[in-house]
Amino acid sequence: VTPEELLSIGDRVVGLAKSGEQVEAVVVHGRDTEIRVYEGEIESLSSAESQGVGIRLVAEGRQGFAYAGTFDDAVLAETLADARDNASFGTVDEHLGLAGPDGVAAADLDLFRGSLETFPTAAKVDFAMQLERAVRAADPRISGIEQSEYFDTLYAGAIVSTTGVRTAGRETVCYLSAYAMAEQDGETQTGFGFSVGREPADLDVDRAAGDAGRRATRLLGARKPPSARLTVVLDPWVTAQFLGLLGWTLSGEAVLKGRSFFTGHLGEAVASPVLTLVDDPTDVRAFSATDTDGEGLATRRNVLIDQGVLQRFVHNAYTARRAGTVSTGSAVRGGFKSTPGVGTQALYLAPGTQTQAELVAGIDDGVLIQDVAGLHSGVNPVSGDFSTGAEGLRIRGGEVAEPLREFTVASTLQRMLHDVTAVGSDVEWLPMSAAGVSLVIDDLTISGSGT
Amino acid sequence: MIEEATITRVLGAALRTGGEFAEVFAEDKRSSSAVLDDGKVEELTSGRDRGAGIRVVVGDTTGFAHTADLSEAGLVAAAEAAAAAARSGGGGAKVVPLSRRAASRGYDVEIYPADVPKATKVELLTRANDVARGAGSAITQVSASYADSRRRILVANSDGLLTGDDTVRTLFSVSCVATGDTGMQTGRESIGHTVGFELFDLYDIEELARRAAGRALTKLAARPAPSGQLPVVIGSGGGGVLFHEACGHGLEADLVGKGASVFKGRVGEQVASSLVTLVDDGTMAKEWGCFAIDDEGHPAQRNVLIQDGVLTDYMWDALRARKEGRRSSGNGRRQSYQHLPMVRMTNTYLLAGKDRPEDVIASTEKGVYVKHLGGGQVNTATGDFVFGMTEAYLIEDGEITEPLREGNLIGNGPEVLANIDAVADDFAMGPPGTCGKDGQGVPVGDGVPTLRVKALTIGGTAA
Repeated sequence: VTPEELLSIGDRVVGLAKSGEQVEAVVVHGRDTEIRVYEGEIESLSSAESQGVGIRLVAEGRQGFAYAGTFDDAVLAETLADARDNASFGTVDEHLGLAGPDGVAAADLDLFRGSLETFPTAAKVDFAMQLERAVRAADPRISGIEQSEYFDTLYAGAIVSTTGVRTAGRETVCYLSAYAMAEQDGETQTGFGFSVGREPADLDVDRAAGDAGRRATRLLGARKPPSARLTVVLDPWVTAQFLGLLGWTLSGEAVLKGRSFFTGHLGEAVASPVLTLVDDPTDVRAFSATDTDGEGLATRRNVLIDQGVLQRFVHNAYTARRAGTVSTGSAVRGGFKSTPGVGTQALYLAPGTQTQAELVAGIDDGVLIQDVAGLHSGVNPVSGDFSTGAEGLRIRGGEVAEPLREFTVASTLQRMLHDVTAVGSDVEWLPMSAAGVSLVIDDLTISGSGT
Repeated sequence: MIEEATITRVLGAALRTGGEFAEVFAEDKRSSSAVLDDGKVEELTSGRDRGAGIRVVVGDTTGFAHTADLSEAGLVAAAEAAAAAARSGGGGAKVVPLSRRAASRGYDVEIYPADVPKATKVELLTRANDVARGAGSAITQVSASYADSRRRILVANSDGLLTGDDTVRTLFSVSCVATGDTGMQTGRESIGHTVGFELFDLYDIEELARRAAGRALTKLAARPAPSGQLPVVIGSGGGGVLFHEACGHGLEADLVGKGASVFKGRVGEQVASSLVTLVDDGTMAKEWGCFAIDDEGHPAQRNVLIQDGVLTDYMWDALRARKEGRRSSGNGRRQSYQHLPMVRMTNTYLLAGKDRPEDVIASTEKGVYVKHLGGGQVNTATGDFVFGMTEAYLIEDGEITEPLREGNLIGNGPEVLANIDAVADDFAMGPPGTCGKDGQGVPVGDGVPTLRVKALTIGGTAA
């Protein structure tokens, strides 16, 4: 399905709008292939086409929404009628309304590779098989590979509205991932590795396998540390997840609705001066790069925190109107089944000058946090309370030492921002909506053994 | 949804290249939801998802394809794609004539949500909002949400099975923000059952709203949680997520089969304190994780996983059971027709013990009382798991004292199970949950009586 075909479906939906109504259709189509291998055999091979339309309607200051997982014309007409009926139950809000073109030109991003369309299935299977073999060969302590997977998707989407938005695009993504187990002296540890690209030629089997092997073996023999307050270094993988939480608090919606601790602090120093936080979905290195946002406006580079000073929140059309400002091209959608929200899309921290090893060398007593668990259950972005399960390496006298597991790291998001003392030079783009970089944070509470 | 003769031909097409097993899973799901936030009914949403997933098994390989096109041509195309994915094999099973099998949950939906006026649903939201805001001037933000779904499925396979289910679920939640000198705190409450709109005859949403507001207000006075290891008392109904993470996932046969579980090879062994009897029960009427048949057509079952501390069995889906030459335990579930089924929990709960809850607390000199748990996460291969506490208090000299701020607790499954030293007689089911595994979310329930773990690591900041 081409972007043009999706636009024409959008045109048909929007053409059904009655006078006085604003109607927006988001039309998406995806074709995915997922191959999992286990012990040299294909465990499963899934090929899937999915499609759907989400229809948002604003009339008389009220909004309604409906979606359907089909392009069938009769169903789309019913879906529009559902959205219209739903709108009649909404609360009147003068700020409601669709986005209109704002004159900002969309960046020209190259996110589609035709080579993926013709890449044979057998070659995809080979990738997953090769990866499994490479992980097994990575270290003699590898005891099993729970999963070795190849995945790709060809995605096309269009947004059409009665307010003049008419945009479409397509992109390709493929990745390899492995989840390995390592065993030593009756103890098992696990680790994952991946490689992501726009086309198969971007994929790096050795890197994915090496990472899985390293991650699975590095925690063998790890102990629970005693509780203490220490300096920590966050690995880029962990920092990226931390930025994702921070992004939530910078959304115009959280701010306007009084759910962000940043509300009312624009222009103030909210973080250490070493922190400059940028959201830039036009950076093609970002896995989440996109030229248009969830309402069809051009995405743009937004500096949110500049040398510790809070500069800007991100907005979609609705939150911008309410805040008396303009959209920052930050409408985000979780697919076609919901209305656009607002959020950061591709966060990164301006890098510092030191490598992770150089940062560690400056720490006498600390912990390098290599992975975290339970950010969804132990961090409350409204209160800022931060507590996460963690694993990593002890730092002694400027060098990494014994592995540690089954402990937590806790502080508050507000404090952590001020307690950052250095940002590494090792910016790493990861398959999430933020890039990672090594980060040094003073004075976090490590909770482990003892009371 | 699909004619029987069509299904037979589709299964035939799926097996034409030599598959050993083929299955058609068709789904027609209607959803509706409404959200109130910031004092406004923001929007009502209606959704429809309809399609079929077809899988073909050859040896150890599963081919899978799905389509939103339920015409015979669409289904046959998907069947051929699935068969091609599985490649040709030696087996070459035939389609056994389909025999229709009725499935029942043993109770009826009283009020189909689709028959309830939207205005009535909206009125619930505004009422919850009003009550929550009225709970105190420190309540500065409230959101309330309503959602219902009706999911009709049809499962047919080459063993001759033809069955179906029609499941209605209704969910309601209230979230509050309270603001004070210490900043903001949140409180959330939710109810959800596999029932229709009669959910609101079973529960008082005003009470729910007051509890959500109360939780946020209580935490304004909360002090940082301690750090280090302490005894932890979990309140009745506060969260079976402890067992869901500490051992539930580790008892799923797909993970066990790959050696990715600390419980591998331990059936018949003592894996928990003798106070622990753990059950996974898809038949538990009206609970969030209940159904008549699982997503492979197997009737829901009550399965005892741990009896008096001894591991009795894992949970199974059809694929894993087939390999072991045994029956599925009715735990084959999938998020939608676009997903392959895998081993999933249903309603997982710890049976009541003999202690009195007040004695459990009174006999704890210093510890943490967790009244309400949040989500969690586990590494089944190592057993290490975390779970969040969304409402917790300090226990000092056998009494519940000050409220604590939020945080995670961390432990190791087998160690925590062995360290359970008290189980009370006040069993209750907890709020509805969504369990995520391998990118798929399914509704699950859980329940616990008051219980105590001798030592867990509390992820706070206080010394």
